[in-house]
Amino acid sequence: MNPLPRHQSIFFLILRRMRAPLILLIVIMAVSVLGLTLAPGVDAEGKVQYLSFFHAFYFISYTATTIGFGEIPYAFSDQQRLWVTICIYLSVIGWAYTLGSVFSLLSDRNLQQAFAIQRFSRAVRRLREPFYLVCGYGETGRLVCDALDRLRHRAVVIELDESKVGEIELQGYAADVPAIDADARNPEILKFAGLTHPHCVGVIALTNDDASNLAVAIAARLLAPKIPVLCRAQGIETATTMAAFGTRHVINPFQEFAEMLALALHAPAAWQLTNWLTGLPGTTVERYRNPPRGAWILCGHGRFGQQMVSAMDAEDVPVTIVDRDLPDDLGHRWVHGEGTNPDALRQAGVMTAAGIIAATRSDIDNLSIAVAARELNPSLFVILHQNQYANRALFEAYDADINVVPSEIIGHECLAILSTPLLVPFLNELRRTDPAWCAGLFERLTSRLGWEVPEVWSTRINLATAPALYRRLMRGEDITLAALLRSPEDRTERLECEVLYLDRDSDDHRMAPDAGTTLRAGDEILLAGKPGSRNSFMLAIANEHALNYVLTGTDLPGGWIWERLSRARKAAPRQVDGERSSTHRVRPRA
Amino acid sequence: MNLEKVVFGFFIVLAATLNFGFFVGELDNPTHHDIYELFAALVVSLVATVLKFGDRTQIGAVHLSTSLVADLQLFAAAMIWGYAAHVSPAGVTPEMVARIVSMSGGALFANVVSVIILISETIMQRR
Repeated sequence: MNPLPRHQSIFFLILRRMRAPLILLIVIMAVSVLGLTLAPGVDAEGKVQYLSFFHAFYFISYTATTIGFGEIPYAFSDQQRLWVTICIYLSVIGWAYTLGSVFSLLSDRNLQQAFAIQRFSRAVRRLREPFYLVCGYGETGRLVCDALDRLRHRAVVIELDESKVGEIELQGYAADVPAIDADARNPEILKFAGLTHPHCVGVIALTNDDASNLAVAIAARLLAPKIPVLCRAQGIETATTMAAFGTRHVINPFQEFAEMLALALHAPAAWQLTNWLTGLPGTTVERYRNPPRGAWILCGHGRFGQQMVSAMDAEDVPVTIVDRDLPDDLGHRWVHGEGTNPDALRQAGVMTAAGIIAATRSDIDNLSIAVAARELNPSLFVILHQNQYANRALFEAYDADINVVPSEIIGHECLAILSTPLLVPFLNELRRTDPAWCAGLFERLTSRLGWEVPEVWSTRINLATAPALYRRLMRGEDITLAALLRSPEDRTERLECEVLYLDRDSDDHRMAPDAGTTLRAGDEILLAGKPGSRNSFMLAIANEHALNYVLTGTDLPGGWIWERLSRARKAAPRQVDGERSSTHRVRPRA
Repeated sequence: MNLEKVVFGFFIVLAATLNFGFFVGELDNPTHHDIYELFAALVVSLVATVLKFGDRTQIGAVHLSTSLVADLQLFAAAMIWGYAAHVSPAGVTPEMVARIVSMSGGALFANVVSVIILISETIMQRR
């Protein structure tokens, strides 16, 4: 169903509801006018006169609308005044009833919902730039929308909770974010939200309900098979189902964190590098303490706890589990009891342990476990699971070594996937490379670019994004990364960015290619740099003049006339030097 | 039987009959055309129009448009009468009456169409 019938149905609904009040008004007006023409009056000479329809209609019109110009054309007789008194009260009733029904119609919930959907789908239809469809505006949804807005991407939001939709208006995004409170499981709503819109570039399902996310994924797969879908999945079964029918990215926050912890245990530098690259834009990453190898204690063997145990097992790190419930696997040491109880912690070996993971469902329990454990052993490495975003202040105050916030993990992962498609293969590759090499790369990058989260972007050298560079490469020129990564303001300065990854073909790719690498048309490169370096780089590869200056240090003549003149000068080389020096632009030297 | 249908049919037919009543007679003879009948025809026609609001079918749309035409013509007739009786110096002359009545004749045609649609709709439904 397209929105038009719905729009018409609103119109017809209004007409239908307005029938009774309108008929009442017509009847009241008709009776009043008729009565007034029948009531005898007297003119100035005492003759009996009847009001014509014209005068009666005029009089009733201004009386009924409470304007009241007085009695025309002569002062009324008592019969006429008697009738007008009745008319006044009749018309008051008529207007009160009509206005009452208009207001009750406008405050009707169904009608307002219909108007809201109408407004929303119109706003979405009018979008003329790429946008992401975000389902669910919870903690994660807000994080993702904030970041999308900062990255200058548009977003459209579907959220079940009306109050959260109201929050969007208060957020003060740079771009307008069309939002609606509706159930994302409904394919109609997804269509209104632009699932089949030609500018929709991705669907992000972030509701806290796995079934809803699954429904969104299926709808997107069937209605818009080409659009990539990102889904949050809490349960492993859901994740499997989603992956089975081709959902591009399934994000399971606990599994994600478990993988990261495993990485941190065997390749700390790769872990630090990943954190640095996937941080939220505009924040500074502090250097984390690397999680030590040694005996670990896990409090709370829930969904998160189980993932952590399997990650620890994969890295051959011994874990002692503290939980109330009876164990169902006997491969680990178990201690019965609450993690909040110091006796249970002592029994689990807290005095000799290297680290503790507080992974229960209750934030308060997690905090008290962490506080109690540090009291007993101050050198413990503490990983805290934060369930509720609202408790953030408490967790910040405690200062754990790692704070696991599922919504933030999902947010970071989403951003990495959305903003830079090449980042994910790079990070996957990073997990497989030599830890020592990773450490070297990490040192090099942070010493050059600082600890602030860098701007990370990927670009393909093709006619659309890099026309100038593409043409030069197609002409057969050899252009190295070192020659290209120079500032278009002053070519003696290097651009403050580094190439992390070069993807040439499906099987030819290089991690952190060195400066002498020559580029080829069709290459896709991943770069990380300080804010601003991206614009300079994009200018250099897209603009013929900027690229020429960056590569050769000379300015190209601009415009058709100057091009002709310079060709003429090339024919007569003598003049060239003299002319050139006079047209040289003065450049600031650093 | 449905009370809503009774009221609907009643007003449509009444609008047509009143209109006809005003229309019949010599075209320019003021004594053959009662101003109260024109008033009644206009009011009933307006009510019939509002009754047709909110019908989403194709036939409903045609119904509404015929009624709007009738309203327009009767309104024009009333305006001419108002002008003749109160504004023009000559008053209600035979020419003016002819104009008023021919306007109402146009409205009558629209009302007849409306009645035909009403009848055909009833026949189509067969219940």
